[in-house]
Amino acid sequence: MLRLEARPIPSTLMGYAAPVIALLATVVFGSILFATLGKNPVAGLTVFFITPLETVRGLTEVGLKMVPLLLCALGLALCYRSNVWNIGAEGQLVVGGIVAGGVALLASPASIPGYFLLVLLAGMAGGMAWAAITAWLRDSFNANEILVSLMLSYVGGLLLLYLVNGPWKDPKGFNFPYSKTFDAVAMVPKLVPGTRLTWGIVIAFLALVVIWIFVARSKAGFRLQVAGHAPLAARFAGFSAREGIWMSLLICGALAGLAGALEVAGPLGQLTPQFSSGYGFAAIIVAWLGRLHPGGCVFAAFVMALIYIGGELSQSRLGLPAAITGVFQGMLLLSLLTADTFIHYRLRRV
Amino acid sequence: MLNARRSLFLGSMVAAAILVTGCGKEEPKPAAKAVGAPKTEPLKVAFAYVGPVGDGGWTFAHDTGRKEAEKEFGDRIKTSYVENVPESADAERVIRDMATQGNKLIFGTTFGYMEPMLKVATEFKDVKFEHATGYKTADNMRAYDVRAYEGAYVAGIIAGKMTKTNTLGFVASIPIPEVVRNINAYTLGAQSVNPKVKTKVVWVNKWFDPGKESEAATALINGGADVLLQNTDSSAVLQTAEKMGKLAFGWDSNMTAYGPKAHLASAIINWAPYYKKAIGEALKGSWKVETNWWGMKEGAIDVIAIGEMVPQDVKKMAEEKKAEIKEGKFNVWTGPLVGNDGKEVLAKDAKGDDKFIAGIMFYVRGVEGKVPSNK
Amino acid sequence: MEQLAPLIAATLSAGTPLLLAGIGLVVNERSGVVNLGAEGMMLIAAVAGFAVGFATGSPAAGLIAGAVAGMLFSLIFSALAIGLVTNQYATGLALTLFGAGLSAFAGLSYVGKSVPFKTTFEIPLLADIPFFGAAFFKLHPMVYFALLLTAVVAWMLARTRLGLVIRAVGESPESAHAIGYSVRAIRVGAVAFGGACCGLAGVYLSLIYTPLWVEGMVAGRGWIALALTTFATWRPWRVALGAYLFGSVTMIQFALQAEGIEIASQLLSMMPYIATIVVLALISRNPAFIRLNMPASLGKPFHP
Repeated sequence: MLRLEARPIPSTLMGYAAPVIALLATVVFGSILFATLGKNPVAGLTVFFITPLETVRGLTEVGLKMVPLLLCALGLALCYRSNVWNIGAEGQLVVGGIVAGGVALLASPASIPGYFLLVLLAGMAGGMAWAAITAWLRDSFNANEILVSLMLSYVGGLLLLYLVNGPWKDPKGFNFPYSKTFDAVAMVPKLVPGTRLTWGIVIAFLALVVIWIFVARSKAGFRLQVAGHAPLAARFAGFSAREGIWMSLLICGALAGLAGALEVAGPLGQLTPQFSSGYGFAAIIVAWLGRLHPGGCVFAAFVMALIYIGGELSQSRLGLPAAITGVFQGMLLLSLLTADTFIHYRLRRV
Repeated sequence: MLNARRSLFLGSMVAAAILVTGCGKEEPKPAAKAVGAPKTEPLKVAFAYVGPVGDGGWTFAHDTGRKEAEKEFGDRIKTSYVENVPESADAERVIRDMATQGNKLIFGTTFGYMEPMLKVATEFKDVKFEHATGYKTADNMRAYDVRAYEGAYVAGIIAGKMTKTNTLGFVASIPIPEVVRNINAYTLGAQSVNPKVKTKVVWVNKWFDPGKESEAATALINGGADVLLQNTDSSAVLQTAEKMGKLAFGWDSNMTAYGPKAHLASAIINWAPYYKKAIGEALKGSWKVETNWWGMKEGAIDVIAIGEMVPQDVKKMAEEKKAEIKEGKFNVWTGPLVGNDGKEVLAKDAKGDDKFIAGIMFYVRGVEGKVPSNK
Repeated sequence: MEQLAPLIAATLSAGTPLLLAGIGLVVNERSGVVNLGAEGMMLIAAVAGFAVGFATGSPAAGLIAGAVAGMLFSLIFSALAIGLVTNQYATGLALTLFGAGLSAFAGLSYVGKSVPFKTTFEIPLLADIPFFGAAFFKLHPMVYFALLLTAVVAWMLARTRLGLVIRAVGESPESAHAIGYSVRAIRVGAVAFGGACCGLAGVYLSLIYTPLWVEGMVAGRGWIALALTTFATWRPWRVALGAYLFGSVTMIQFALQAEGIEIASQLLSMMPYIATIVVLALISRNPAFIRLNMPASLGKPFHP
């Protein structure tokens, strides 16, 4: 019989090999899945892993899709490392988008150049404010942040619905629940002309670098993690768990809010009732898949973006139902998680 | 993931509309399956759906239309679809990809695709775009919608005769003009046969959540309503009425089986005639930019499967009204029309044109409450 | 008063799926395991139960099938998160994604089908009591079953050896292991129970509450149930309190709308969520209250 045995030190080799093994496993399972559905397995896998990356346009679309996933995942990873179970990045993203949209609606052609930076800052402030509610209730009332952040996500969605149906509805929009389109000066400039990719991707990677340095190098980043994992030890050393709660939630809120701002002031250009495709929730998977490490999050966000887009393509190219995409995505994620086990463990014959 | 990513917008049509004059007339008879005609490449047609085809409601109805069109044109066309396309930044990518894949006719079946479709339409001049329920058009993009309110009005006639409490209930989804119109039409239909009728409205703020729809229906029944109609997607409202011994209607498709004792009739949408027309025109090369708003006359809207419990005379009234609407003799929006704030909206005998209908964002007299977030 | 009895009855029906799933998840989490796959398990059970109910014409068969389906589906989670010590949060989320896709695919042929089951029930004699009859005694048997299950689980966790072992495994798996209990077997069992209960909740939705199958019909209730376990500080009776509180606020906001109250419905729809947060904040003010009940090893992997 085989049994799992902890490795004395995590395997560096497996750290790199795990994603490859997972992809291979997905290829095997995926081939079986496509074959049982009467589709050519090679065609099926090509659509998921190659077609989205074949053209410049395709690459920019993958990049665009990565931005909100990466930003939210960076914030969430920080929370989870400090033992703060924020699962409400979606709400923080939505409220960030709302506040950013509010500021963007005030713009006119006469506004200062670079107005979009103001929009992005507003988005960060909005996300922070929403996350601050969770932090405050956790800090002052000891209210569990899983529940509060989740419930606040629903509330944020309804708030958006209220605004676009009421006060912020475009008066010329025939009563449809959409805001006016933003003035060009409020929009994030394009990175690749002729595509939809904005400077958002550069901003997301800047955020990545900042967070990476913060986690790996700064004293505050270290304190944050100590406070999260060993509150008692932290207290002796003079830092508090309170600090950890506030800091991680506010940073996550800011990043998620930024993601929301980049969506509304990026490819959309107006507030719509459903501007997020559930990025805040998908980012929870991204964060764990990236092993709560900023670099890992990039890889994970890329994989998630790819399988979302591959899912659409498999419908239009191969006529597969969207449901199969979910099955395939679930399989890929489960194989990745399984493969990760072998970084810390190995199989031994007993 | 937490939210059913469902949100679709049946919707308003055009304001400055050039409307509908006689668009039912030339239902294209697709040139009988070309006998011995030279084999040509099939026309590629793509559909973008906001929900899953298995939603049993809005998207299901569109996909049924797609399948019927496919049956009609056989190998002259090749259709494909992408379901669950959110009305976020994702929509533009999906629609652009359809265009790059050689689809020459692309249908977008929810209001939220309007801006994305316009953007893609400017890039692909040789592709024709059809947008459901919107109001913007372009050189190669036109709009289409159905007059669901005609069905709601006829349902209202039956409801007005069948109610014992003179209180109707309406389970509403998202406060867009389409839904507000249907609430009003239902109420007006009922008042045309029973002036004492009032309507209570509950909004669930979702297009799709059978549990919530059922809870809303329960609240309406507890509040005294005894005949319900809904503008949401599932059969939950009808089932709740059945459970609680009240009456209700099916919506979108024939829902008799879900509540045989409660089911008064089903107000249905049939997209097939329009899809056949549009694809036929694209095949013949007669496709041109216009705005099509189809109702009972064109076979896009109907009220069917009127239940056994409906007395013959009521059934006859409903059928007669249907016939009048079909012949264009009756306009649901005929004055005097009074808002529930007491202000007259249409003077006696004035008729609401399509611009008026598109802008309806108030309740008529007899509907309780006010339209959510309307100032 | 006249409207109060039906409001109570509606609240009890609306709270039942949340309670069923919540109770299972409490046992699940008391053993130290968080399974965010609740929504996926409910969807799988909803379609499996509907299919069996549709084929056999027996609601009981459908309910059992749903519970079994939920339980079997939870084994995927157990194999990974307990067997291979993968991250519980990520595994649960992947399970939800997987379940949503699989249920949609499996259920395609059941869209638009209906099951002609009996929909009205009453308890003889009791149902005739004025007010109380309409409020409490004309409900589906599953509503009472959920309460019975709550009582049994509360008793099991607090008073039996099994409950003690489950709690020990959740508090300190190392000690439980040291004194000879198989931590993993107990956790797999607890997760399976959670899966079965989530399964019952899912099939309650598709066969009883709104007897139909459509993709995604659970519509987030699995997440609410997960939130309720923390709301309840992992105590069974408080799950019931939370489930009915959530249900009642939902019903009350609909009732207010039906009365034509002039507050935007989007704001009214926020009420159940805000009420849950407020009540949680109020009851959590005493730190001991939470800490005493939270399983100390919740979410942490255990490897012997």
